[in-house]
Amino acid sequence: MKFIDGYPEYMMDSIKVVEEKREENLIKKVKSLSPEARKDILSKYHPDYMADTKREVRIGVDKGSMMYNGIVDLIEARSILDTGEVDLSRVDFDVDLLVVGGGGAGTVAALFALEAGVELDNILITTKLRHGDSNSMMAQGGIQAADRPEDSPLLHYLDIYGGGHFTNKKELALALAMDAPRIIDWHENLGVMYDRTEDGEFQELSGGGTCRNRMHSAKDYTGMELMRVIRDRTRNLDIPVLEFCPIVELLMDENGAVSGGVAFNMETHEYYVVRAKATILATGGSGRLHLSGYPTTNHYGATGDGLVMSYHAGANLRDLDTIQIHPTGDAFPDSVIGILSTEKIRGLGAAPVNKLGEPFVFPLEPRDVESAAFIKECKDGKGIVTPTGMPGVWLDTPMIDLKHGKGTTEAKLAGEVRRFRRFGIDMVKHPILVYPTLHYQNGGVEINEKCETQVPGLFAAGEVSGGVHGKNRLMGNSLLDYNVFGRRAGIQAAGYIKGRKVGKLTLSHIDRYNRAVDELKIEGDRKAPIIVPEYRGKEALARALDLL
Amino acid sequence: MTAEAGTENAGKKRDTPGDTDEEHGTYNIYLMGKRYKVPIGQTIMAAIEYAGYQFIRGCGCRAGFCGACSTVYRKEKEQKLQFALACQTRVEDEMYLVQIPFVPAYKARYDLGKMGAEDNTILTIYPEIARCVSCNTCTKSCPQDIKVMQYIQCALRGDIEKAAELSFDCIQCGLCAMRCPADIKHYHVGQLARRLRGKYIDKRSENLKMRNAEIDEGIYDNEMDDIMNSEDDVVRRMYNERTIESEEG
Repeated sequence: MKFIDGYPEYMMDSIKVVEEKREENLIKKVKSLSPEARKDILSKYHPDYMADTKREVRIGVDKGSMMYNGIVDLIEARSILDTGEVDLSRVDFDVDLLVVGGGGAGTVAALFALEAGVELDNILITTKLRHGDSNSMMAQGGIQAADRPEDSPLLHYLDIYGGGHFTNKKELALALAMDAPRIIDWHENLGVMYDRTEDGEFQELSGGGTCRNRMHSAKDYTGMELMRVIRDRTRNLDIPVLEFCPIVELLMDENGAVSGGVAFNMETHEYYVVRAKATILATGGSGRLHLSGYPTTNHYGATGDGLVMSYHAGANLRDLDTIQIHPTGDAFPDSVIGILSTEKIRGLGAAPVNKLGEPFVFPLEPRDVESAAFIKECKDGKGIVTPTGMPGVWLDTPMIDLKHGKGTTEAKLAGEVRRFRRFGIDMVKHPILVYPTLHYQNGGVEINEKCETQVPGLFAAGEVSGGVHGKNRLMGNSLLDYNVFGRRAGIQAAGYIKGRKVGKLTLSHIDRYNRAVDELKIEGDRKAPIIVPEYRGKEALARALDLL
Repeated sequence: MTAEAGTENAGKKRDTPGDTDEEHGTYNIYLMGKRYKVPIGQTIMAAIEYAGYQFIRGCGCRAGFCGACSTVYRKEKEQKLQFALACQTRVEDEMYLVQIPFVPAYKARYDLGKMGAEDNTILTIYPEIARCVSCNTCTKSCPQDIKVMQYIQCALRGDIEKAAELSFDCIQCGLCAMRCPADIKHYHVGQLARRLRGKYIDKRSENLKMRNAEIDEGIYDNEMDDIMNSEDDVVRRMYNERTIESEEG
């Protein structure tokens, strides 16, 4: 097959059509959809509205609730932990606060717990991969905060609540909007390098579903810049972190309170008993479950462990009948399928167009609506299909420089430009091909505004939690979420610790859960949590022996 | 030239020279010396998985942001060691590959609140940057194509602003520090420069200061209380009647 500038010839032919219409498309604007039209397109094209993507859970506190099939598979599975092998009389780490997860929410929680008086050596962060390996690190576009005079916390609240189809827990949406400006202030003090204008004000862009420009960014590495700064702070303070040691089940005491967890050293295969007065669950999302068969933007460890562990301990889950597919996952070349192209690309003025170069949707609809519109366009035969059968629509990136001046794309989207260049494509000159990709776990473990779950001793924050975004999240609210609720979780847990006495440790809840799973008489031997996804080659797997 | 030093225990020898099977779509690669056949077009990361490895270390975000998968490789018939991110680089035929699971570089502890952004601030915390011999090995080893040596020179001169700017895209994989003959920890130096700039050099936002003062004074409390207590149809109407800034102008 002949390639021109990284694209097969037939795709380049379509690009030529896109180029011819570009000038016209710069002026032509597609208006945003009416509420009715949004509802219509969602119901016809979004996986959340398809009957075969989810089913009822038959076990545990949420018995009868609908959840995505891949999550139900984990819920209706025996624990990966053989409780008989764990000696609870030997405690390896005895701390006040266990933070499960070393991404954004966990790190912020530990920092604020320390500030709220928990002693340094009485904090332990455990994490599956390295400290900072998380979806937080990967967020590109930005973080919302209503700090411009023409904006207000009320407008931010309306965007959050409306964007979530009015299904959010209101008190959580309120906390998100009201705490946002103080979080940005905290970041300023930590030395986060936000994009600013010459007078020191933030350069703020719009995002899908936001009524004001309030997206604060640090080039297109916003998540990385935030994560590395707060991690640097943690390292300067020497807050203890145990890497490559995920918690695989939570511990409870005889009074039914969560009291730490069992960590698994992935390298030596030892377990450690961690006893804690308070436990903050900050395990992040579940994109690596590839729900509904979607590729994902998520990091390697995003396997929904926190949902499973907390469910075993009796916490309730919510809104897991929805997933966030992000409209602009990469569809070409094959080696980047599913990786995110940031929403900031559209924020800067690049429009989605079909193979005929026609714009077909307002570029900044909420993510679910935008995704549904892309899926529709492809189902209607107006998308491009790659040589390996992956459909997609064009995101006309050269419009950015035409709108904002030469060099803008390179300056504002350095990471994206670099990423595509590695695979032979110049997004400054040519459009990129995109198709929705699994991006965010909208729901999760239900919390209140103090980050408490239904189970005493267990707090949750960040992507693992549910209620903040309801059934759909807007861009720029997840970085904000982990900061706002990580902070609240840390402070609340610090208070809770003061009066807490931990009773006798037990894993009996796991034994009970396993017995209930056995009663379902499920075929095969599914176990959960899964810890890491399985991507090994079929041939290699077919010959694998479990000798060690 | 076939197998070289360090590759004697390289699994099977090649059956015949040049048996790489482009027609059937596979390449030969050597993972820590062992040969595997993998499909053409995959990233190094996907190829390692195809070969049967399940990552614990050496794999993070899979999208070029985290620096977990830094990889050193050499191509058959070449002497030069090259550097890449396994998730961001396509596999090539006859690649000898190893991943760096961890970088044991020293990181200074400091309290950003108790220092300024003076010309010698970075030099005080990381004095070894003065040992830079301008060999440019750091720059050559950077998978992000950052001008690493330049930002170290900026840091040395006290140009914190420029050091911060040049190092901004750093994913902290640590390959620079692993290769440096002067034991400089470039990626930690860059981190310090950026935080110093963010805290002390960049002008602060007045809008943000005002908004936080307003929130502390409670001037939004009434309207937020109102909306929390409003019926959903009222809130829906308010939502639908918002003016959208990005649709204007």
